Amino acid sequence: MPAITINVNGKSRTLDVSPDMPLLWVLRDTLELTGTKFGCGMGLCGACTVHVNGAAVRSCQTTVQSAAGKTVVTIEGLNAKAEHPVQVCWRQGNVPQCGYCQSGQIMAAAALLKSKPKPTDADIDAAMSRNICRCGTYQRIRQAIKQAAEVKK
Amino acid sequence: MNRIDIVTRRTFLGGVFSAGAFVLGARLFPIDTLASSGRAAANAAWNPSVYLGIEPDGTVIIVAHRSEMGTGIRTGLPMVVADELDADWARVKVEQALGDTKYGSQNTDGSCSIRDFVDAMRDAGASARLMLERAAAAKWSVPVAECKAQNHQVVHLPSKRTLGYGELAALAAQQPVPKKDELKYKPASEYRYIGKDLPTVDRDDICAGRGTFGIDARMPGMVYASIERSPVFGGKLKSFDDQEARKVSGVQQTVVIPGFKGPHGFQALGGVAVIADNTWSAMKGREALKVEWEASEHASYNSPAFKQSLLETVRKPQKAARNVGDVDAEFAKGGKTHEAEYYVPHLSHAPMEPPAAVVEFKDGKAIIHAATQNPQAVQDTVAAALGINKKDVECHVTLLGGGFGRKSKPDYVAEAALLSKAVGKPVKVAWSREDDIRFDYYHTVSAMYVKAALDEKGKPTAWLQRCAFPTIASTFAGPVAKTAQGFELDMGWTNLPFDIPNHRAENGPADSHVRIGWLRSVANIQHAFAIHSFVDELAQLAKRDPVEYLLDVLGQPRKIDLGSKSPLAAKYPLDTGRLRNVIELAAERSGWAKKKPAKGLALGIAAHWSFLTYVAAVVEVEVDASGKVRIPRVDLAVDAGRVISPDRVKAQFEGASVFGTGIALMNEITASGGAINQSNFHDYQVARMNEAPIETRVHLVQSDAPPAGVGEPGVPPMAPAICNAIFAATGKRVRDLPIKKQLA
Repeated sequence: MPAITINVNGKSRTLDVSPDMPLLWVLRDTLELTGTKFGCGMGLCGACTVHVNGAAVRSCQTTVQSAAGKTVVTIEGLNAKAEHPVQVCWRQGNVPQCGYCQSGQIMAAAALLKSKPKPTDADIDAAMSRNICRCGTYQRIRQAIKQAAEVKK
Repeated sequence: MNRIDIVTRRTFLGGVFSAGAFVLGARLFPIDTLASSGRAAANAAWNPSVYLGIEPDGTVIIVAHRSEMGTGIRTGLPMVVADELDADWARVKVEQALGDTKYGSQNTDGSCSIRDFVDAMRDAGASARLMLERAAAAKWSVPVAECKAQNHQVVHLPSKRTLGYGELAALAAQQPVPKKDELKYKPASEYRYIGKDLPTVDRDDICAGRGTFGIDARMPGMVYASIERSPVFGGKLKSFDDQEARKVSGVQQTVVIPGFKGPHGFQALGGVAVIADNTWSAMKGREALKVEWEASEHASYNSPAFKQSLLETVRKPQKAARNVGDVDAEFAKGGKTHEAEYYVPHLSHAPMEPPAAVVEFKDGKAIIHAATQNPQAVQDTVAAALGINKKDVECHVTLLGGGFGRKSKPDYVAEAALLSKAVGKPVKVAWSREDDIRFDYYHTVSAMYVKAALDEKGKPTAWLQRCAFPTIASTFAGPVAKTAQGFELDMGWTNLPFDIPNHRAENGPADSHVRIGWLRSVANIQHAFAIHSFVDELAQLAKRDPVEYLLDVLGQPRKIDLGSKSPLAAKYPLDTGRLRNVIELAAERSGWAKKKPAKGLALGIAAHWSFLTYVAAVVEVEVDASGKVRIPRVDLAVDAGRVISPDRVKAQFEGASVFGTGIALMNEITASGGAINQSNFHDYQVARMNEAPIETRVHLVQSDAPPAGVGEPGVPPMAPAICNAIFAATGKRVRDLPIKKQLA
C-alpha cells in the first residue's frame, strides 16, 4: 500500500493504512484522536463530523484516500485552548449532557458559522438536524450557536 | 441510619488517595426502595456508599460511585459532600469509583441517585467537618465550640487563627468518628453549592473533545472485535466459513462465542467474532463471514400478528392488580360508557455511544474499562462468564455516551471478556449501530384497554383498565415469565390517582420473543400514554376544558393509600395536591386559558407521577396540511422535592421532552420472522432538531419535600400530551404509537 499523507490538526501525518478505511477509524484507532465519535457509520448522525479543507464532513463516509493531501481539523484541533467561540458558548450554556455527540455538534456549528455568520433559525435547523443528540440538548445548541454568532461579529 | 467509619484499608480504593490522606467512608443503610428490583437487597447490607479524602496538600477528593451518562450526577453528589464539608470547590477533585459492593448499589438507574444517597453524602461532609474542627481545637488547646470550619480552613473565632484542611488532615484522622446525633448540618441559607448551578466536572473536557467514553478506552496491545450474531433471538450457530474473512487486511483470527445458557439475563448472546488490528478491519472481516444459524423458536415473531394477540388479551378479563369498589356492578347499570384501546411498539435505547468495553483477562483477573450504568453487574456477569471470583474483576467506569437503561445490562462486557480469554490480549468490543438496534434489550411492546362508566356530567363513576406486554422478568426468568411484575404495574398502572369510586387495574399474559429491558421511565411510557389519552377523551366527550376536567377527576387534594407498608411509600406518599399544583402551574405558564384551539394549532395536557416526582406537560402542537407535526413549545411543571442542581434538573426535563417526542412521533421497532426490521437511524428514527420541540420551558416547584427522581419522570407525560394536542388541533385521536404518517 502506498503511504497516504494528510495534515491533521496542523501536523503532517503519513499513514500506512488501507486506502478505503474511513477517516473516522484512522483518526480514532491509528492516530488515537478519540474526540471524533462513531455513531452510525452511515453518515446519518453527525457524531463523526470533522473539517476537511474547512468544510464539515462525515468522517465515517470519507475514505482516508479521499483526504490525502488535505487539511483535516478535529475537535482536538479546532482551537488550541478550546476557546473557539462555539466552544466558549457551549460551556456558557452548559450544553452537554452525556457529551458524546457534542464534538460533532461543535464541529458542525463551527462550520455553519463560518459559512453563515448570522444564521437564522431555519439555517440552524437545516445545518444541525443532521446531527443527532439522544439526550435532547437541541434547544441549548440553538442558543449557543446564536450566542456564538454574536461573539463572532 | 447512616454510619461513618474511618477507612484504614486503602488498597481497594485503587490508589486514589496517598498514604497521608484522611479518608472517610460513609456507610449507608438506606430506606427500602424498590423491593422487587433487587435494589433493596443490594442496599440493605452495611455497604459504604461514598468516600471522601483530604490530602495533606488540602486537596479534597470525593469518590463518585454512580455512573455519569449525562445527568450530572458525578458533580451533584460530590457537591453535597463539599457543601457540608465547607470545602472550596476549586480544591475538590472528583474520582470515579471502581465497581465494588462496598459502595452499596452503584446501579445508576431508576432516577434514584440523589434521593438514595443525598443523606449519606451530607453525613460524610458533616462528619469530616466536625472532625476537622475537633482536630484544630486539639492543636490549639481551645474548646471545639470556638472553632469553625469555613471555606477549606478551620478558624479559631476569638483569635482569628486559621489552619487549612490539609494541615489538619493527619490530626483529623485520629479523631473519633462522630455519632450521628453529634452532627450539625448546615442550614439551607448557608449552602454554597446545593441549589446553585455549578458547571459539571466533565463539561470542559467534553467541549474540548477530551472526555473518555467506553468506546475511547485503550489498553496496550489491544485488538478490536466485531461480532456476528443470530438475527433471530436464540438462534444457535449451525456453521460458519471464515476463509474470506481471514483474508481481509488487518484481520487476525475468528472466535466463536458460545450461546447463552438458561435465561439470557446479561450473558453474551453468542456469535462469531472477527478479531483485527483496528475497528475497520474487524467490521470488513465480519462482512466477509458466511454464517448459518439454526432455526429459533422465536422465528414466529411477527409484530402485526403479535399486536393483534395483545389486543385480544386486553379485550378479555384478566387478573386484577388493584381493585377498588365494584367496577362490574357500575357497568351493569347500563349507563353511558366509553372505551378505547392503545398500543405502544417496542422501542430501542439507541444511545449515541453504542455499547462498548475493553477487557484484559490475564493471570486469572479481568481488568475492564466500560461504559456501564452498573459496574457491579459487570463484575458478576464477567465473573460468571470467565469462571472467576467477583473480586478478581476490576471494573473502571468511563463516561457513558448515553445510557437510558441499555448500559445497565453488561452483555457487551461479557463478550469482550470471553474474547480476551480466547485470544490472550486485551479486546475492545464496540457495537455497530446495526448491532445496537438489532440486539437491544428492547422496551416492551404493549396493548392497553380502558373503559369508563360516565355520569350525566361525563365524569367517570367506574374505570377499568387492562394491559398486556412481555415482562422484563423474562430476561431473568426466561419464557416462563408471562405476566407483569409488581414494579412494572406500579409504574403508573395500579396507582391511578383519580378520585373514582370504582376502579380495577388488570394485567394479562404475553410471551417474549426478544430480550426485554428497561428504558428511560420504563412501563410508565405505555401506562401514561393510555391513561392520560383516555382521560382527555373523556374531557372531549363531556365537552369540557381538559385542564378543568383533569382537576375535577383528580378530586380534592389527598394522599392516596396504595396499600404499601414500605418506608418509601411513607416518605413519598402519592399526594394529589402536588399533582394538582403542577397541573395548575403548567396551565398558567403555558397560557392555557388564553390560547383557544384553532385548526392545526392547539395545546394538550397530561400529568403523571413517576419516580416520586410530579410532572405536568402542556404541549403546543402545529399540524400542517400534510399531517406533519411541529412542536413550538412545551411547558413542563415539575415538583421533584428539594433540588440540588437546578440547571441540571432543567436539562434532564428538556431532554425528556425531546425523548418523549421521539416516542410519540417516530420511534418504532418491529420484527418479521423473529428478526428486527430496523438497523440504523434511517429506519429507527429518533427526534432531530427540526422535529424536536423548539422550546421546552421547565418550571420547578420550590419545595422542601425529600428529593425525588429527575432523569426519567419527564418522559411519560409527553406522548399523551402531544396526542391530546393533536386531537384538539385536528379532531384525530391517535391511539397507536408512533404517530408517523397517521395524520397525513
